[in-house]
Amino acid sequence: MDFVNALVLFSNFVIVPALSYGSQLALGAIGVTLVYGILRFANFAYGDLMAFGTMFAILFTWFFQSIGISLGVLPTALLAIPFAIIIAILFSLLIDKFVFSYYRIKKSPPVTLAMVSIGVMFVINAVVRIIIGPFDRIFFDGQKFIMKANEFKEMTGLNEGLAIKSTQVLTLVVTIIVASILFWFLNKTKTGKSMRAYSDNEDLALLSGISPERVVMITWIIAAILATVAGTLYGLDKSFKPFTYFNNLLPIFAAAIVGGIGNPLGAFLGGYVIAFSEIVITYAYKKFFFYLLPESLEPNSLIQLLSTDYKFAVSFSILVIVLLFRPSGIFKGRVS
Amino acid sequence: MRQYLDVFTAYIIMGLLIILVGILQSWGVALAILNLCLISAVMTMGANIQWGYAGLINFGIMGYTALGGLAAVLVSVPPVREAWQVGGLNMILSLFLIVLIIFAIRYILKNFKKSNKRNLGIALTIIIGIIFLRLISGPAIESIEAVSPATTGFLGGLGLPIIFSWIVGALFAASIAYVIGKIALGLRADYLAIATLLISEIVIAVLKHEDWLARGVKNVIGLKRPVPYEVNLQTTDWFIRLIERLNKGTLNLITDTLEKQETLRQLVIEGSTIFVKLCYAGLFSIVVIILLILTQKALYSPWGRMMRAIRDNEEAANAMGKNVVKQHLYIFVLGSAVVGIAGAMLTTYDGLFTPGSYQPMRFTFLIWVMVIVGGSGNNFGAILGGFAVWFVWIEAAPISLYLINTFTSGLEETNQFKNHLVNSVPYFRYLVMGLGLLLIMRYRPKGILPEKIRHI
Repeated sequence: MDFVNALVLFSNFVIVPALSYGSQLALGAIGVTLVYGILRFANFAYGDLMAFGTMFAILFTWFFQSIGISLGVLPTALLAIPFAIIIAILFSLLIDKFVFSYYRIKKSPPVTLAMVSIGVMFVINAVVRIIIGPFDRIFFDGQKFIMKANEFKEMTGLNEGLAIKSTQVLTLVVTIIVASILFWFLNKTKTGKSMRAYSDNEDLALLSGISPERVVMITWIIAAILATVAGTLYGLDKSFKPFTYFNNLLPIFAAAIVGGIGNPLGAFLGGYVIAFSEIVITYAYKKFFFYLLPESLEPNSLIQLLSTDYKFAVSFSILVIVLLFRPSGIFKGRVS
Repeated sequence: MRQYLDVFTAYIIMGLLIILVGILQSWGVALAILNLCLISAVMTMGANIQWGYAGLINFGIMGYTALGGLAAVLVSVPPVREAWQVGGLNMILSLFLIVLIIFAIRYILKNFKKSNKRNLGIALTIIIGIIFLRLISGPAIESIEAVSPATTGFLGGLGLPIIFSWIVGALFAASIAYVIGKIALGLRADYLAIATLLISEIVIAVLKHEDWLARGVKNVIGLKRPVPYEVNLQTTDWFIRLIERLNKGTLNLITDTLEKQETLRQLVIEGSTIFVKLCYAGLFSIVVIILLILTQKALYSPWGRMMRAIRDNEEAANAMGKNVVKQHLYIFVLGSAVVGIAGAMLTTYDGLFTPGSYQPMRFTFLIWVMVIVGGSGNNFGAILGGFAVWFVWIEAAPISLYLINTFTSGLEETNQFKNHLVNSVPYFRYLVMGLGLLLIMRYRPKGILPEKIRHI
């Protein structure tokens, strides 16, 4: 029984949160990695693009709520996502046309483009804060829990409860749907294949008649979709605050690099690698061992490898370890 | 002389702008802007050494700034004897332990061949080291933080004049930069950018949460100053006489003695704040000028030419027998040290250390905007960038407020849209910065004052 209790405790505080957080990172990391693979620069504005998309999801949610549309038990934000995506796509294409395309045509080095993306980051940062303000926004509605800790306890008679938030399940479901469509698109359709070809060898792809404008456009569209979906899911699960979205850029980048930058599947898995290590390492195992060990060995400290304040240190250490031992990432990406 | 004409014009315009602020707003504001411009200039010079001379991306400027701030605390605050008594010994032991771990790792790295066993050995050394470290430092930290937590709760510093911290800050930043450089400098440019950004976040996290070191988010306030206090000045004879002499004209117009005294008192209060700011401006200018002379000398020395060679063609420089890795590390440490000086200066000027206020936007990316806008690779450009960008950063809010009020003057005071815009005035500076950076990168990619290469 104690073993089951320990397992439930571990699922409640580590596995379930890490799965949903990992999904959010994974979607974002695919976006970063696609931009890197095809446009060939590290887009520092991506975190703010996520905030931008989420902001519109929130605005549409408010709009739907004000005219009385809701999805019942599901959050209204789901209905708002498609509209937010359209705006995010238009915005990304606009930025590409007026900012990035110039440097792409000039074949500027990646560092210049990264620096330009910092300028874009400042601009989006300002736009988001001017429109919606820098404050915490909670825009979740509908049913909050699928299973409450108490219900679980009653149901199973265990000491530990397992709480599952509906946003966590929602995150997983949406991630599975979006990721399946995306990988189907990249691997099976002609456009997807042309994108991969462009990413692998630009010159060869151009010679075989792939239109670069089209590939770039589709990349931005996918990046904007992923940013909006990942951002909205994160916002639903936790809350929306522009500054947090900027900070999320770091684990997302770490996930993309760990997975081998330029490799979408790697980035997807990298998201979970980062999320799981962050939560596994910063979790306090006191109670976990309380169930597993005999009374005489019971720990009296928290048994926390690292305090939660240092979760950046986890991303960083994984990043450094991977870069030192497998510079192309765990799942072989582009090495240039 | 003619080649410096654009430099002169740019600096004169900058000076006039600050004077304009003095006339239009107030001299206090103008001097505050000037002081922070000078600090920004030092930071920009540090970043320029790394990016402009060597082409190294360092997105960790925030971290070094904070380390400089930490130095200011550790140098100037008097030691908390009680805290040292309860936990000092253990903390010193922990420090030794860290040094021991580092030497153990070095020993393993040197004496064993590259293998999985060696990696395992290193990992074990680190893990066992950390466990021992926590055992030794854990109780000590708890007892240190328990020493009157409302006012101290930390080890305190050395109780020396705060001005020493400018050098100590440089040393702190340099030593951390050495470690980081050893790990991260081999990475590609974009990886290096992300790695340094992550490290600076870690540095801030440590400063925020290790209360025994510098009180964490509880902040350290009331740091000693290297310049006189306003309150003391207001009662000092020579200062009152100085103000009296400077304002003779105005004072002579007033005939009533009582009123005359009152006016003089007001003038002394105003004068004291300006005098203090002027003192700071003097100190900061000395630092900027010293650094400018040193960096100019360095840039045009054989060493500077070698750095440019490495920047422009790493492989060729390597083939010519220059040790690229070593030079990169060297310049990374050097630039970070300069940023550390600026960090200590900033904390000295603020008189308080608030780890919570370090944000990458303000302390990393803004500095990068300064470098790019000013002209990377050119020290005069870097300083000008620091001045111009900081000036815009501060003045963007009042100017955008003015613009909003002009454009929405047709709307009523209670108009929601107008109020919303007025409330979000502080964020317009981000917009201005972003647009400024984008425009400069598009139409003047080498910055306002481009790098000049003197061919011999």
